[in-house]
Amino acid sequence: MGEYFLLLISTILVNNFVLVKFLGLCPFMGSSRKLEVATGMALATTFVLTLSSASSYLVNHYILLPLGIEYLRTIAFILVIAAVVNFTEMVVHKTSPMLYQVLGMFLPLITTNCAVLGVALLNVQTGYGFFESILFGFGAAIGFSLVMVLFASIRERLAAADVPEIFQGAPIGLITAGLMSIAFLGFAGLDKGLN
Amino acid sequence: MFLAQSSPYLKPDLNVSKMMRVVTLLMVPGILTATYVFGYGVLVNILLAIVFALSFEAIILYLRKRPVRVYINDNSALLTAVIIGVALPPLAPWWLTFVGVFFAIVVAKQLYGGIGYNTFNPAMVAYAILLVSFPAQMTTYWQTPVMLLSHVDGQTLSLLETVQFQLFSQLPANVTMDALTFASPLSIVRTSVLSGAATIGEIDAQGNAFGVFGGIGTEWVNLAFLAGGLFMLRKGLISWHIPISLLAMLGFLSLLFGSFELDSNPSPLFHLFSGATMLGAFFIATDPVTAATTPRGRIFYGAGIGALIYIIRTWGGYPDAIAFSVLLMNMCVPLLDYYTQPRVYGHKADNDDQEQP
Repeated sequence: MGEYFLLLISTILVNNFVLVKFLGLCPFMGSSRKLEVATGMALATTFVLTLSSASSYLVNHYILLPLGIEYLRTIAFILVIAAVVNFTEMVVHKTSPMLYQVLGMFLPLITTNCAVLGVALLNVQTGYGFFESILFGFGAAIGFSLVMVLFASIRERLAAADVPEIFQGAPIGLITAGLMSIAFLGFAGLDKGLN
Repeated sequence: MFLAQSSPYLKPDLNVSKMMRVVTLLMVPGILTATYVFGYGVLVNILLAIVFALSFEAIILYLRKRPVRVYINDNSALLTAVIIGVALPPLAPWWLTFVGVFFAIVVAKQLYGGIGYNTFNPAMVAYAILLVSFPAQMTTYWQTPVMLLSHVDGQTLSLLETVQFQLFSQLPANVTMDALTFASPLSIVRTSVLSGAATIGEIDAQGNAFGVFGGIGTEWVNLAFLAGGLFMLRKGLISWHIPISLLAMLGFLSLLFGSFELDSNPSPLFHLFSGATMLGAFFIATDPVTAATTPRGRIFYGAGIGALIYIIRTWGGYPDAIAFSVLLMNMCVPLLDYYTQPRVYGHKADNDDQEQP
């Protein structure tokens, strides 16, 4: 139980995928102008990440390894992720057409979110079991959602700030992301200390 | 002739400029105590920081075609500079202050639009960036506290020698860096307990970390900042919500965990009176721009900082954690403000059972 807690703390705070590992920056910058959009994006990504880390484990363990075709891993994982994203797209389309409209092309772009593929590949590299893989994916997704929502709320406030003209929009967004990343460095070593 | 004036007719007693000036003045007891304990370096740091901060502020305001004099006179850059000067290690070389003030004034404040718009506390951005980039200077350049001088055969510098060291990094012939500096109480506790080298009792027996009630040396600095902070509370310059909830949370957590394992957890008083706790609680976390603005939001904000300080100090990688905790809670401020808006007078409360006829 304790190690699962540590795994969660480690993926959410200490090794946050966006602010510490710098994965998944495109949706982080792209769909964080409005808090509602960011929340929707965070939920969709959480869904995809958890599901894809489970299914990529199954594909790796029951198809790639028995057939001895591990060299196809990256392509196979991209295929799995694309399928999961497609499924998510259908679910969002049916349940919340508004969100579907707002997210627009960012929803299919979750396929190319490097955090999703990164989690799937890291799961194999670290040799996580089935349950640990799901937990790792879920923790990564929670970490992503956390900083996504915080970042979006800050950017909404920045929209009204008297930012110098050349820094408006993406530049000040990137500076903010950098400062957030520095703040998250405060968590460094927390997973070792708690152990 | 009568002078025609538009409302409001009551001139407010307090404006930004005066408030920032009074807050800066109330830091003086703490600064003097720190100078007594840690040597003249504190004063040199503050002076350098003020010069750099005002210059950066003026240059950026000029480049942005804003009225330089008006914004310089609001004294916010002055307060930021004084906080940076106190927070930096007393023997910090001049370029450390320079880099820190640059990130505080230019990046964290002016790029966000100047006073009133910055998301992150400028002084703490400076501290965190310096701590991450120059860990050696930031953690070891602390002069031996005056209370420990005879105990550890320490050495001190005169004012001239201090200036010489900070500007040109030249030490007098008979002084060594090892004798000049000493690890802070928080880092002694942190490293000994974490590596299992010594229990709290053993550290206490060595007599170089624990003072009368807090960390040796820093306890008096904290006490002086507490006095200044209480005066601010009494004068209504800050509301009680942030400092009280911060200190209460830190005290509560250290009491809670401290009572389980006495060997590895210092007392709540040690947590409250060492490092930069009081400076952080009263002068840094209460920054009106970057802190939460609603009463309930402020309580969550302060308690969040207190909890993060304890978590990072006890289990994290850094001995003190004011800067990171404040920055982390700064990120949450927009959401806190959004979800804790008080009921507007005349409007109904959210829950339905309180409906008025």
